[in-house]
Amino acid sequence: MVEWAGKIAAALLLACAVAGGAVAADPGNWDKVVAEAKGQTVYFNAWGGSETINAYIGWAGEEMKARHGVSVVHVKLDDTAKAVATVVAEKSAGKDDGGSVDLIWINGENFAAMKRQGLLFGPDWATRLPNWRYVDHETKPTVLTDFTIPTEGLESPWGGAKLVFFYDSARTEANELPDSAEELLIWAKANPGRFSYPQPPDFIGSSFLKQVLIELIDDTGKLQKPVDEAMFAADTAPLFAYLDRLKPLLWRQGKAYPQNYPDMKQKLADGELDIIFAFNPAEASSAIANGELPETVRSFVFSGGTLGNTHFLAVPYNATAKAGALLFANFLLSPEAQLHKQDPKIWGDPTVLSLGKLPTADRSAFENLDLGVATLKPDELGPALEEPHPSWMTRIEAEWIRRYGAPN
Amino acid sequence: MAPPTDTGAHPLFDANRLLVLILGLPVLAGVAGVALPAFGYLPALGEARFTLDHFAELASQPHILRSALTGLVAGLVTTSISVAIVGAFLAGFAGTPVFSRIQHLVSPLLAVPHAAAAFALAFLIAPSGFLLRLISPELTGFARPPQWLVPNDPLALSMIAGLVAKEIPFLFLVALAALPQLPLRRSRQLTAALGHGHVSGFLVTLWPALYRQIRLAVFAVLVYSVSVVDVAIILGPQLPATLPVRIAQWTADHELSARFLASAAAMLQLAVVGMAIALWFAVERLGRIALVRMTATGRRFRNDGALRLASAVAMATSAVLIFLGLAALGLWSVAGLWPFPDSLPMHITPRIWLRSLPQIGPPLRATIALAVSAASLALLIAILLLNRNGAAARGSNGIGYKSLYLPLLLPEISFIFGLQVLILAAGLKPAFATVIAAHFLFVLPYVLLSLSSPWRALDPRFEQIAAGFGKSPLRILITVRLPMLFRACLTAFAVGFSVSVSLYLPTLLIGAGRVTTIATESVALASGGDRRVIGVYALVQALLPFLAFLLASLGPQLLFRNRRAMRT
Repeated sequence: MVEWAGKIAAALLLACAVAGGAVAADPGNWDKVVAEAKGQTVYFNAWGGSETINAYIGWAGEEMKARHGVSVVHVKLDDTAKAVATVVAEKSAGKDDGGSVDLIWINGENFAAMKRQGLLFGPDWATRLPNWRYVDHETKPTVLTDFTIPTEGLESPWGGAKLVFFYDSARTEANELPDSAEELLIWAKANPGRFSYPQPPDFIGSSFLKQVLIELIDDTGKLQKPVDEAMFAADTAPLFAYLDRLKPLLWRQGKAYPQNYPDMKQKLADGELDIIFAFNPAEASSAIANGELPETVRSFVFSGGTLGNTHFLAVPYNATAKAGALLFANFLLSPEAQLHKQDPKIWGDPTVLSLGKLPTADRSAFENLDLGVATLKPDELGPALEEPHPSWMTRIEAEWIRRYGAPN
Repeated sequence: MAPPTDTGAHPLFDANRLLVLILGLPVLAGVAGVALPAFGYLPALGEARFTLDHFAELASQPHILRSALTGLVAGLVTTSISVAIVGAFLAGFAGTPVFSRIQHLVSPLLAVPHAAAAFALAFLIAPSGFLLRLISPELTGFARPPQWLVPNDPLALSMIAGLVAKEIPFLFLVALAALPQLPLRRSRQLTAALGHGHVSGFLVTLWPALYRQIRLAVFAVLVYSVSVVDVAIILGPQLPATLPVRIAQWTADHELSARFLASAAAMLQLAVVGMAIALWFAVERLGRIALVRMTATGRRFRNDGALRLASAVAMATSAVLIFLGLAALGLWSVAGLWPFPDSLPMHITPRIWLRSLPQIGPPLRATIALAVSAASLALLIAILLLNRNGAAARGSNGIGYKSLYLPLLLPEISFIFGLQVLILAAGLKPAFATVIAAHFLFVLPYVLLSLSSPWRALDPRFEQIAAGFGKSPLRILITVRLPMLFRACLTAFAVGFSVSVSLYLPTLLIGAGRVTTIATESVALASGGDRRVIGVYALVQALLPFLAFLLASLGPQLLFRNRRAMRT
């Protein structure tokens, strides 16, 4: 009896070895990709912290099933780096094909790390997707350069992102709103405890630090290159002088920080914060529609520009369903999927397509889309500031933690 | 004399060894999986040389000492308070009507996953939380939430409160399973006749035996509270976060080189846990000295009413707080807009539930399948192991048997990554069976913990009589021992079930994200911070183990309707 139980336990650990052969998908031969993809299951690793985004991915998965016979499984992550960790673990175990991640929703730093470690499927597949022809790579430089790292077709653009601030017009007068980082400091003096930012290394919190750094550094050209260690202290002195002055004026005097931007949304609704920000211009409209924020919330940006970037989809080098992943990435670039995504009732995420390149019907659909009461129109969003080289974020985060990482 | 269950059959012994091997290997590999990178060996990142650099890097991390010590102190304080409250309550009320009333109030708490309980508490005590909403602005004058540093206070008091509320029912239930083997009534009669108060009488007569039985559970509580991640994220300090939380952040750092740092930190966490255990030995020694002195002085502490009341109030409060918090979670899950300081939402809407329910089906099925498989398997193996080892000389079990507790004495976060590498190295695809195996690894120690004390405490004379009648060991096991331990077995199963339901890291990493459960879904959603959705998932997650414990408490009542003594 015991022996039998031992065998079961052994079987549990050993009985599930299945050899997984992977065929290299060739985007140059699209019909073959479509044929290969049929019947595949794509494990899409993407942040799962937003119900609206999850619902959109669910919709896209159903469409893939209906049109191409491809199953999409949304692996909901609380941190994209977990998917990177999985690929690293697989590589360290010598698992160079049949990997468990087929597609990752990825941003600059994880992309830079994966590219550096040779963990990405390549060469260039993104610019060879059929729907690449609609992509706006002329006026949106961030489609080709992700945090100053050339994408080289190793990741396919999915949506745009821009730092936008939100406030409740029932509590705060529009004419009092700050128009730059410096003015924000003055506003915080007048309204102590009513502003904060998510605690770095939270992505949105670190983005706020970058926004301030870009505004205050003597030469923004330095940010397009890796950090020069010899100059780092001098280059970031204005940023940390600013943060030192801001800290006592923050929510809870900077002794604690919100954990992420949805946390800030909640605090805006509760009246704990008066100015918050997010990376999606439609965030406020979407939250109003969801009953998370009152209808009096509105958006604003700095006239001098706010941080802008693009978020992407990448395929790990050892993905199992490469053809299915390419087909799914292509579908997510289609005018139809991009339009659905930009609807604030669905998600509100800005498109990466160029309206001028679209067929007439699609273009007018985009132009007639109701972006929501609290969303700024594309021409009101102001200039987009380019993301610094990833090394800046890493160094600033570390320095922030060293300076503000403990109560004192 | 030889234990009646010792058949002396060699295959049995080999199977036992094989089991130890199968269970011990992944744990040891998991440790190796962090120990090697900690000293610089991780070929996947092109590093394969022995170095101490990563420990130097760890030492240079800002506030690392504070992080480590906060977790250590919080764990020790949590354990001390939990043991003190449960001990005082047992001593003051065992065998009284109040006891069973509080028992019914507290037991369901065990069914609430740690994360859900932590959220529940946070929703109550936060400045924008339910308690202040009830009395604002009328009593407080707050039109907006005050700027109080609660939760996430630097001294980790909120976190300790959340942990204590959750550890009390665990210790209580383990003690409850052991209580029937103690001569409770006779001891009370004797000490009362000698003029002792409830508490001191219990302490001098029964406590040493009881503590021996719950000791492993106490250590499990200690190791858990020193290394907890989810509760620390929700309630714990953030500037800096405790060491386990920081390790979790480093293992998920975009800089892959942070993996080495995380591994070194995982080794440090092992050391912290070791220190916590050493300090607890000292606490135990002090307790013993105090008890011996109290016994020797002969003081009887007749007037212990205040202490008894305090312990009962503490037990009840922990339960009431969490359930009130869960009610607040439930309210949030159906809330439309709900601004401060409104005590109730502006309108109630089922929209969030309607939107979540279709999505919750598959992970719910996976959760139940995993938990039932892992807990059943663990219960079966635990019975076989205890049958082999438990009746042998007490306290001198082989190293192999002790090694099963290894996963409980190691911070979960420390060795999952190594396990993941091992499973992939074995050429296994992430599959349901591998996740069951991983869950089994974490569930088995808890099942063993909860079953081994009552198992060993069962009077062996019952079996000796049966053996005298010429019954075979297997028949004795099935007809005498298991029925007498029926309640303990069900409790062990329920504990295993609830451990499985709340497992997050193993499910995510070992399942490579392909096996989604309520736990992985709710943590993923928790990072989005939407209180409504958290409410939905937390309630669903809490309901599952709750059902298991309901069965555990009703089982003996149903099965032994005609035997009063078997219903304890």
